[in-house]
Amino acid sequence: MIDIVHLVLFTFLAVIAIAIIRLRDLFAAVMLMGIFSLLSASLFTVMDAVDVAFTEASVGAGISTVLMLATLSLTTSKESRLYQRPQPLALIAVLLTGAALVYATFDMPRYGDPAAPIHHHVAPEYIAQTEDEIGVPNMVTAILASFRGYDTWGETTVIFTACVGVMLLLGGGRTVYRIRRKKHGGSDDGGSVL
Amino acid sequence: MIRHVILRVLSKLLIPLIMLFALYVQFHGDYGPGGGFQAGVIFGAAIILYALMFGLEAARRVFPPRVLEFLVAFGLLLYGSVGVAAILEGGNFLDYSVLAHEPVHGQHLGILLVELGVGITVASVMATIFLLFAGRGRSDV
Repeated sequence: MIDIVHLVLFTFLAVIAIAIIRLRDLFAAVMLMGIFSLLSASLFTVMDAVDVAFTEASVGAGISTVLMLATLSLTTSKESRLYQRPQPLALIAVLLTGAALVYATFDMPRYGDPAAPIHHHVAPEYIAQTEDEIGVPNMVTAILASFRGYDTWGETTVIFTACVGVMLLLGGGRTVYRIRRKKHGGSDDGGSVL
Repeated sequence: MIRHVILRVLSKLLIPLIMLFALYVQFHGDYGPGGGFQAGVIFGAAIILYALMFGLEAARRVFPPRVLEFLVAFGLLLYGSVGVAAILEGGNFLDYSVLAHEPVHGQHLGILLVELGVGITVASVMATIFLLFAGRGRSDV
């Protein structure tokens, strides 16, 4: 039963991915990307990764769709039609890379295999210690915030840095206001300082 | 400012609920799915919905850019100061066990504060990025 759900969801994902590539209307493409994220979120839910599904639904389907739409409203929602000659070398490179990736999946452990290496590294330790040392029912929170607190600190710093970058690029910094005020003041007072 | 009555009334109804849900996700992250990051994104989405419905100027009045800028750094510093507090109490950086008399209570307190820091930073980052994107090419004119 679960296999059928997986199959249906993966088929939808593939169909939507092809549709996004072929669409020329960027507005429709952005909407389809939101649906793509929502479907991946349902897939994660079916695979019992609820926290990941939560993040995917809120970030992938929510925030990034809005940001894409904001970008479209600044530019245009039609993809420009550039004629390009078919590049056989590019096609060969893509096919080879794809084949290598598919070949690599044969070496991956089966989904949910208890003998997989990922389940024998630090995971048993975390599962055993969460109850006694952290006392938090949601093991994902215990791992993210406590066992791996240093990693999460780094991730928060990454988000902070991204915001600082956007502020500098799009002029949200306070210096911009100050410069603008200086300009206005200069025109009104006839060249006074500040 | 958008004049669609149905959208405006519905979003007025929805925004408080979205914010409440964000707080639930934030403080219930220890017990159910969710945590600071998801809560921050949901709270940011509420701010973005407000900005979409009532215009950028109204959103800037409710969430001034200066306050958002401050919160972006404040969340991160809250996270870091929990780590420093653990050092001052004689533990390692971000070792919450020393924060309270009992190690488990310390862990609870540490996780709560750290997730709150993540939530504050993420919410204000999402709102800031959207307001900057949406305000581009309009406020400069």
